Amino acid sequence: MTLLIAARQLSKTFVLHQQDGLELPVLADVSLEVHAGECVALTGPSGAGKSTLLKALYANYLVQHGTLNILRHGRWIDMARAAPHEIVAVRRDTLGYVSQFLRVIPRVSALDIVAEPLIEQGEERETARERAGALLERLNIAERLWNLPPATFSGGEQQRVNIARGLVAPRPVLLLDEPTASLDAANRAVVVELMREAKARGAALVGIFHDEATRDAIADRLFTVPLARRHTKEIAT
Amino acid sequence: MKPILQVKQLAKRYGDRYGCRDVNFELYEGEVLCIVGESGSGKSTLLATLAGRLAADEGEVTFRDANGDWHELSTLAEAERRRLARTEWGFVTQHARDGLRMGVSAGANVSERLMALGHRHYGQLRATAAEWLEKVEIGAERLDDPPSRFSGGMQQRLQIARNLVTRPRLVFMDEPTGGLDVSVQARFLDLLRRLVHESGVAVIMVTHDLGVARLLAHRTLVMQQGRVVEAGLTDQILDDPQHPYTQLLVSSIVQA
Ligand SMILES: Nc1ncnc2c1ncn2[C@@H]1O[C@H](COP(=O)(O)OP(=O)(O)O)[C@@H](O)[C@H]1O
Ligand SMILES: Nc1ncnc2c1ncn2[C@@H]1O[C@H](COP(=O)(O)OP(=O)(O)O)[C@@H](O)[C@H]1O
Ligand SMILES: [Mg+2]
Ligand SMILES: [Mg+2]
Repeated sequence: MTLLIAARQLSKTFVLHQQDGLELPVLADVSLEVHAGECVALTGPSGAGKSTLLKALYANYLVQHGTLNILRHGRWIDMARAAPHEIVAVRRDTLGYVSQFLRVIPRVSALDIVAEPLIEQGEERETARERAGALLERLNIAERLWNLPPATFSGGEQQRVNIARGLVAPRPVLLLDEPTASLDAANRAVVVELMREAKARGAALVGIFHDEATRDAIADRLFTVPLARRHTKEIAT
Repeated sequence: MKPILQVKQLAKRYGDRYGCRDVNFELYEGEVLCIVGESGSGKSTLLATLAGRLAADEGEVTFRDANGDWHELSTLAEAERRRLARTEWGFVTQHARDGLRMGVSAGANVSERLMALGHRHYGQLRATAAEWLEKVEIGAERLDDPPSRFSGGMQQRLQIARNLVTRPRLVFMDEPTGGLDVSVQARFLDLLRRLVHESGVAVIMVTHDLGVARLLAHRTLVMQQGRVVEAGLTDQILDDPQHPYTQLLVSSIVQA
């Protein structure tokens, strides 16, 4: 199977200048490869750096060391070094990210928030909205909500809008940060089905899944994020 | 993809003090870039120097026009600079009175740049102006009203129409939401976001509001005391700021 993600020797330390330059090592020498059609679940205790690793893959967080290659149209792009306009292009057509929480956009309806990634890929507005609606329907978002900005939606509804936005445009690499955390069993099943469909069309998935049932249903393998901080502490003492 | 703007070692002095210095970046087609930083950090100076409204003292700004020809602003004749400003650029100011002609009708404000480009057909100009007043949610029925009768939010939306009507490739904006109430701001930003998406225009916008940058900009430059202290993707700058000053800025906002 084709390799789509090749992250090598990543290190990430947060430097908190507001706290006298306190250093917080989170990732130390982390390497991860993911192939087409494969789903890797990140594991480790809370605070281990699972979300940090996903955000680094998305170029939302910077790393100090290592390479973060994503295959785009047959070419490797190192997300740790690519120019901003290249990262924007990778995110548009290759790399999707379902964040833990929806970031609402004032005045923009749920339907338009979901349709936006398709429009950015060049889809006609009306077609994009139709596909967005179909996905919201699958995720059990009542049609009367589609034209409202999701600011007032419940946590679970916002999360489903967020998932729809992340999955509406078929991208070959998907990063998912606890996509089912506030969903009931029925909606969790829908999300699992959507992720399976993505895998079936050859997408590489990296996810953080808080519940074991979801993880078992979707993940092919587990990847434990090594504890960088404990490691350095042990060395220090 | 090629950049449309290249900025190298740019500096502007006021007397023996620098308004901005050591600025380097490239801007690509359709990119939205925000310049953030506290008051007095040199944002407006940088913007005006980029747009050729102030002459640079050091470094260079090179612009690639629609034909693919490069122009270095400091070597450009004034007439040529004006031609670029009219055909390829737009400039939206914080105070509407600096960017609009308050004495003439809204329609004439929108038509002015078209006329400067040689459009003469009165009916056509009026129709285009009406269409743009609709686009910016002012309404075609206000075509003959002067902007002095408009609210602050409407005036800023009129500036957008007046600038975008000629389909420029690059628009500069200096705190366009600065004087607006929060509720009016949201409407303005929503509209701007949509028009920028639709037209694919590149934008360089000065703002001191990180929330505005989050909403609109692919990229952000953070300025402090005339220098760019941090530059990168907007979400990276806001979620994983590196420079002490950026960390201070980000930690000072409630939520962006
Ligand atoms: N933007 C940030 N700035 C500073 N510290 C951060 C930031 N993001 C995460 N951290 C810290 O990094 C560590 C790992 O966090 P995270 O990746 O969210 O863990 P997990 O997802 O495994 O629970 C935590 O100690 C967290 O406080
Ligand atoms: N015309 C001018 N003459 C002298 N000093 C100026 C002039 N315009 C701005 N400055 C100074 O240059 C610095 C940067 O100003 P400015 O670019 O307006 O900052 P900002 O837009 O970030 O508030 C400030 O110290 C300001 O006082
Ligand atoms: Mg997490
Ligand atoms: Mg200013």
